[in-house]
Amino acid sequence: MAVTLDQTIEHKQHTFLSRLLGNQTFWVVIAVVLACVFLSLSTDSFATAKNLYNITRNVTFVAIVALGMTFVIITGGIDLSVGSVLCLSSMVLAVTMHAGYSIELGILAAVATSLVIGAFNGILIAYLGFPSFVVTLGMLSIARSLAMVASNNTVVFQFGPDHDKLLALGGGAWLFGIANPVLYMIVLALLTGFVMRWTRFGRHIFAIGGNEQAAMLTGVPVKPIKVAVYMICALSAAIAGIIQTGWLGAVTTNIGTGMELQVIAAAVIGGANLAGGVGTAFGALVGAALIEVIRNSLGLLGINAFWQGTFIGGAIVLAVLFDRLRNIRQSD
Amino acid sequence: MAVLELINVSKHFGAIQAVNDVSFSLEPGEVVGLMGDNGAGKSTLVKMIAGNFRPSHGALRMDGGELVMHKPVDARRSGIEIVHQDLALCDNLTAAANVFLGREMRRGVWPFSVLDYASMYRRAGEIFIELKSETRPRDLVRKMSGGQRQAVAIARTMLSKAKIVLMDEPTAAISVRQVAEVLNLIRQLRDSGIAVVLISHRMPDVFDVADRVIVMRRGRKVADKVIAASSPEEVTGLITGAVEAA
Repeated sequence: MAVTLDQTIEHKQHTFLSRLLGNQTFWVVIAVVLACVFLSLSTDSFATAKNLYNITRNVTFVAIVALGMTFVIITGGIDLSVGSVLCLSSMVLAVTMHAGYSIELGILAAVATSLVIGAFNGILIAYLGFPSFVVTLGMLSIARSLAMVASNNTVVFQFGPDHDKLLALGGGAWLFGIANPVLYMIVLALLTGFVMRWTRFGRHIFAIGGNEQAAMLTGVPVKPIKVAVYMICALSAAIAGIIQTGWLGAVTTNIGTGMELQVIAAAVIGGANLAGGVGTAFGALVGAALIEVIRNSLGLLGINAFWQGTFIGGAIVLAVLFDRLRNIRQSD
Repeated sequence: MAVLELINVSKHFGAIQAVNDVSFSLEPGEVVGLMGDNGAGKSTLVKMIAGNFRPSHGALRMDGGELVMHKPVDARRSGIEIVHQDLALCDNLTAAANVFLGREMRRGVWPFSVLDYASMYRRAGEIFIELKSETRPRDLVRKMSGGQRQAVAIARTMLSKAKIVLMDEPTAAISVRQVAEVLNLIRQLRDSGIAVVLISHRMPDVFDVADRVIVMRRGRKVADKVIAASSPEEVTGLITGAVEAA
């Protein structure tokens, strides 16, 4: 036999380098690095400890939700309700603690709220066949309205007996001066990456995104997995909401407005494909980082803030352009 | 002893009688061609054997015991494997990932059990060599030829000790050379004692590889005879209704 079993098994379609060059996430990393180098050289204010601290912390809220969103996008779905779920979870936390309950109970209530909403979205989508766009669009409206009901549309800034604990949770820097939100983001990203690559659940979400019918026929429990995916996404919004509440020290019913678009943009810039089947945890972080660096740099360079949308929108199109070019070349 | 028996099986959907009072049995190491026009009840029959539908009346028996299945996974557990017409492959996954889809190998103890990539690549590679297919475990299915995709779908049936393999139109959309490959594959399955049900519209394939042919028309079984005692002309007549029954 000319080819041994080991050669067959070891055979890879691409070398490491060609895989890297064909990878959208890699190019986004390059873009982020180049932008950082450029800004460090051209401004005095970018590479300061304070600014970097701010950037890294600002990235986290979008990045954490983008991790959850990536699960949904990989299965071929979308969750438009994350901004509102973030708001509702924050408000449940705030109202619970304001009423004099402990931080543990507040977090438990916030997390439980998000899981119920995620399960509701997921069940409608997986078992009743609703389009994910419609269900989560409805939830976008419902969750924010419930947050207004829960708080009577007031600002909550007093969190009862555990007030200081909550502020330390979100605003502190417990390890080497790294902002706490960044630590949570790193832990959650590692967890997400592990689940996607090394667990059966992770393998199955990619299969569902690739060919849902095939996944069903081969015995993958498609429906429960889809419900779980929307629960994870809502949970990620709740986690971001809890941290953001601690960092801001106040909750309004405006928190997280329009965030779903930033989150989806981050995931897509990082290489997730809205058609399903493709996406990584690292990509979600990198996408969120690029958006934040663009935002930050426009401010530092003294460019009118009205231009922000143009640059971020351009980044989305450019990132996906790489993917298209690669596909066009392959299909030739 | 018959590995699978259908006893007076019927299936209706509301007023529509899709399968009507069908009985037959499968012996180990036997290839049975299942033929019939569109709407003759072939797919409904196959879906009952595959665990997708439960019969409205009648029963399935495996190795002499009653076989009750609620979902496709039950069929797989009972040793019934299906190669679907569209192959049911995920283009975004590797060959090995597709072969093991739904029954991934893991190592470690729960909750620390992780996918066992090395073992899955090895086992998939062994199966492809056994199938004499030039398919590589790490390749993405998206980039494969029709024959390689067939090999991936068929490799799934070889993971466990299957008793019955149902093949739904395995030769419908592939080249002539690949048809010969698939027919050889069917013979290999047969030689290892597996009963193969070949659902096909292609008369030459059935007469080439099958030992017996079952013809369905309007939900009823109109013929069940050894290939040697039949002819393509007779089977064509049975399918269209020109020949009433045989």
